[in-house]
Amino acid sequence: MNIVINGENVETKNENLVALLSELGYGTAKVATALNEEFIPATSRFDTHLKNGDRLEILAPMQGG
Amino acid sequence: MKQFYGTQLKNPLMLGTAQYPSPSILADAFAQSGAGVATVSLRRESGSDRAGQEFWQLIKQLNVPILPNTAGCCTVKEAVTTAHMAREVFDTKWIKLEIIGHTDTLQPDVFGLVEGARILTEEGFEVFPYTTEDMVVAEQLLHVGCEVLMPWGAPIGSGLGLNNEHGLRMLRAHFPDVPLVVDAGIGLPSQAAHAMELGYDAILLNTAVAKAGDPALMAKAFANAILAGKAAYDADPMEPRDMAEPSTPVIGKAFL
Repeated sequence: MNIVINGENVETKNENLVALLSELGYGTAKVATALNEEFIPATSRFDTHLKNGDRLEILAPMQGG
Repeated sequence: MKQFYGTQLKNPLMLGTAQYPSPSILADAFAQSGAGVATVSLRRESGSDRAGQEFWQLIKQLNVPILPNTAGCCTVKEAVTTAHMAREVFDTKWIKLEIIGHTDTLQPDVFGLVEGARILTEEGFEVFPYTTEDMVVAEQLLHVGCEVLMPWGAPIGSGLGLNNEHGLRMLRAHFPDVPLVVDAGIGLPSQAAHAMELGYDAILLNTAVAKAGDPALMAKAFANAILAGKAAYDADPMEPRDMAEPSTPVIGKAFL
């Protein structure tokens, strides 16, 4: 299926958010996630299932003023 | 010094972390200034370099309270979602709430700001609202639970200083017990000192330091100016007068 991750199309077979993050190399990374514009807490990722066309945002600490 | 949601800052300089020439210069600016707060943001993690993870390691080493922002958000929903994500990543209830209403001036959308502050306060956040010097908006922000106000000095990144000194004075006079921070628009240490002389409790700035030729030296200059301005306010300055008044005693002057 196709998931739009941070604005880019990504093909994946993982239907679980934890598994997808692991596949992408974010297993232990300091990131926050939002699916289809809704915040998904880290504690809910395991129970979050993905479907074709979902839009996922993966955000990390960044410089700010 | 007033506390910010129960936290006593070690220094009334709140320093941004963006636009520095290098991470080491950023760290040096914090070391030289002793800044009391570091403001940070959240952005998409992209590429294989994992820049966000490296930045997080750097920020942890600064050993100061972290104030995440919602910079760039233009709607209440966007800002509230960003705040949720920031709380998880940075493990803090503090949020600098920015909801931009005008793209040219980056002026806050004060209507959305009040609504966003209400939602986040009810959810347990400690909101630092980036606002204007508007008195009615300030009252509304306090009404919905904000315990800190952060009026702008001038548009973000402009370096124009205090565009409405009268409005900032009014705000200080009307809310003597509320921690007030001038956030944005400060370009020179003298402007920061001026804000502190008005009785403000802290200054939040970024560009003026990061874009200086020597950011660490400029950060130190700001820290010194801010402390000087605070001391001047605490010392209760003299009232200005229109006419001259000799400081040397007239009595006892010789007839020559």
